[in-house]
Amino acid sequence: MGALNPNKTKTRMSNSTLLFIIAGIIFLVMYGIALLTFPLSFKQFQTFFDFFNLNAALFIVTLGMCIVMIGGGIDISVGAVCGLVTMACAVLLESGAGDIWDALFLSLGIGLAFGLMHGYLIAYLEIQPFIITLAGMFLAQGLLTTLHREPLNVTKPAFVALRSVRIEIPWLGTVNRLGVFIPCEIRPGVLVVVALVIIYAIMMKWSRFGRNLYSVGGNRQSARMLGINVKKTMFFSYVLCGLTAGISGFVFLITTGAGNIGNGSLFEMKAIAANVMGGILLNGGVGNLLGAPIGTLTLLTINELIRAAGVQSNLQAIVSGLLLYIFIMLQSIIMSLRDRKNFRLVLPSWLKLHRPVEGK
Amino acid sequence: MPSEIILKMEGICKSFPGVRALHNVDFVLRKGEIHALMGENGAGKSTLTKILNGVYEKDAGLIILEGKPVHFKSPQEAQNMGVGTVFQEIALCPNLTVAENMFIGRSRNAFVNWRQMNEKAAEMLGSLGIPASPTQELASCSIAVQQMIAIARAIDMDCKILILDEPTSSLDEDEVQKLFALMRELKARGVGIIFITHFIDQVYEISDRITVLRNGELIGEYETPELPQIELVSKMMGKALSDVSAMKKHEPPKSDDRVPVFEAKGLSSAVGVRPFDFSIHKGEVNGFAGLLGSGRSESVRAIFAADKVTGGEVKINGKRVKIKAPLNAMKLGIGYLPEDRKSEGVIDELSVRDNIILALQVMKGFFKPLSRKQAEEFANQYIKLLEIKTPSLDTPVKSLSGGNQQKVILARWLLTNPMYLILDEPTRGIDVGTKVEIQKLVLKLAQDGMSLTFISSEIDEMLRVCSRMIVMKDREIVGELSGADLTEQNVMQMIAQGGK
Repeated sequence: MGALNPNKTKTRMSNSTLLFIIAGIIFLVMYGIALLTFPLSFKQFQTFFDFFNLNAALFIVTLGMCIVMIGGGIDISVGAVCGLVTMACAVLLESGAGDIWDALFLSLGIGLAFGLMHGYLIAYLEIQPFIITLAGMFLAQGLLTTLHREPLNVTKPAFVALRSVRIEIPWLGTVNRLGVFIPCEIRPGVLVVVALVIIYAIMMKWSRFGRNLYSVGGNRQSARMLGINVKKTMFFSYVLCGLTAGISGFVFLITTGAGNIGNGSLFEMKAIAANVMGGILLNGGVGNLLGAPIGTLTLLTINELIRAAGVQSNLQAIVSGLLLYIFIMLQSIIMSLRDRKNFRLVLPSWLKLHRPVEGK
Repeated sequence: MPSEIILKMEGICKSFPGVRALHNVDFVLRKGEIHALMGENGAGKSTLTKILNGVYEKDAGLIILEGKPVHFKSPQEAQNMGVGTVFQEIALCPNLTVAENMFIGRSRNAFVNWRQMNEKAAEMLGSLGIPASPTQELASCSIAVQQMIAIARAIDMDCKILILDEPTSSLDEDEVQKLFALMRELKARGVGIIFITHFIDQVYEISDRITVLRNGELIGEYETPELPQIELVSKMMGKALSDVSAMKKHEPPKSDDRVPVFEAKGLSSAVGVRPFDFSIHKGEVNGFAGLLGSGRSESVRAIFAADKVTGGEVKINGKRVKIKAPLNAMKLGIGYLPEDRKSEGVIDELSVRDNIILALQVMKGFFKPLSRKQAEEFANQYIKLLEIKTPSLDTPVKSLSGGNQQKVILARWLLTNPMYLILDEPTRGIDVGTKVEIQKLVLKLAQDGMSLTFISSEIDEMLRVCSRMIVMKDREIVGELSGADLTEQNVMQMIAQGGK
């Protein structure tokens, strides 16, 4: 047995990093295709920024989902919670009972309440996350329709002022046909996205909670044996996801300016799809948090590409479905080739028939 | 060697519902020694170590660690007191880096200092000579290295006693040597190591002392060089060498058929049994003898394709066939009663009737269901034949006793009328009366022309029913005994010495 020399030991890339790189390449390829086929629209920087401007809430929901997915869980209530928050804030602002700050606290409060409830039921009472958050989804949807049925435009002047804020990037932009330079614009929601990505990425890489969560997602039983408080870690991941969903609702409202029953609908599914494309595996423990925004961008690029191609809307859904199949197969094939195991799709514990028994 | 005692366990008793796992067991571990804990299945080795590392609570007895009585309520508590365990299934996270696996769950800091952690890990890995880089993902290390990392973690937590539970069962020769080098290094540092294994050669290679348990009782503690292998085997199996009584032999069947019913050449399976040749004639009862883990179950599982078959050639009645899955084997007339009744045999929730007709139904295919009347007829016939005690045909099988459950599975296979039936530990955990009944049944089936393979941990039982015995050691067939050579003494000798 030779003495150890870390410099000489060939370090294999971790699965998380590999999947993240694959996700990045997929995004670049998709964006490249978009640039080649529709150079007029995709070459404009504003198109790229509009992905963020118009879908800031989806980016945020995906971040929260990413955290529970790394912990080996799932939260399908996030879309409904996001929708509920938009309506609750719209009602609050329109009724004149509160100002923008109250609305922000209400958003955080609703998100936190759902997160605490889900976290407690899943981590401490050990109920399957899929079922619990399904219940949460119905609850949030029900509350949303009970609050207000019709679309509700927020007309409060202070709010309208906030949602009309545009940040211009003077050195980046396009020259229009008349030769006038139009700088790129960023909406306030994008700043929230950027801030959250930075905070969460640091948390997942350097905080004890983040590393414990990876460990729990990788192997719950081992994590317990290594002295990690598995329940507390899982609990916090759901609390954080709920809170993030609350934030996303507020951002949604300042993007569209109206409470609507359809707000945030199917966000949970899009978020799962985006995360999978971003290299975050459903069975937990594997994935880079930065994969979440990358995956979302890929998803949006594909949708935009199909839309620009003028395909009928029902065909759009079919094409994005097929592409998702291909990406997931690609990941599974690469992962299985890597471990020289038989090809199989990786499944999270809550999708398997037998949950690993926890206990002594 | 200065033999300072660091651990003393006195009069340890532990019972589980219906089973007395340990009775009044003493155990002593000295500083810087490697102490092998030996015993057959159910001897109580695992229970004893699990009491020591806080997984189980003892019913009675005393644990004295470095002169002070201790009482552990959880593995964490035991670990903090210096009792580290490396389990057979490694309790590390494959998706984290090597360094993280060594340090996670130990710090109370809110943030991780990667650089400091990697440096400390590199130092530790270097000093123990473990060939891994701190920043590498654990999944990319071999099982042996993962095991060493688990050991390094325990050592870094100041462990004085290290329990290694079957650490070598999934390692190859080379990896075992690396692990042994690490164990010797720890021994030199004064760590007391409890080593559990079923590889006898490894015990003699590395251990200083051996404690033998049998049926939950202490048989004795011995200095390794002073205990010949054959005596160790006889102590584990519970038979003194002199106690080779003349017993009634099973008549070897006249093998006038020159073509064996089943023949395998170079058969091997994915679970790591060495390629082996095997054949059985009509009306013959043979057995695979060997200690637990010697590969006896793995061999018969390869015959039935219960584990993935990786090579070899199989002939049935002289004709080459391919057996890729249990269903192929069943259709060719082979039956297999698995060792693990609970997880691979009975289907708990199904009724006695459905459990009995299961194999026949599978062979017929699910689109040609047996009629209820037929099913009941079959079930009743075998319930009578095997004297299965069940309140009704519709009783879920889980409410029957172990012996009756076993008979249900036996009925399941007899119903398919196999020409070759493999019985892996058919008598484990069932009462003596039923044991004898099953043995008689085996002999009767053989007389009627069925070929059977019978495996048991109890050597008496095998000698009673088998006319030929294939002896295995360390996953390899080391010899074969039949006729006048088939005596208890010879079997043990062969197990101990590997056929030499």
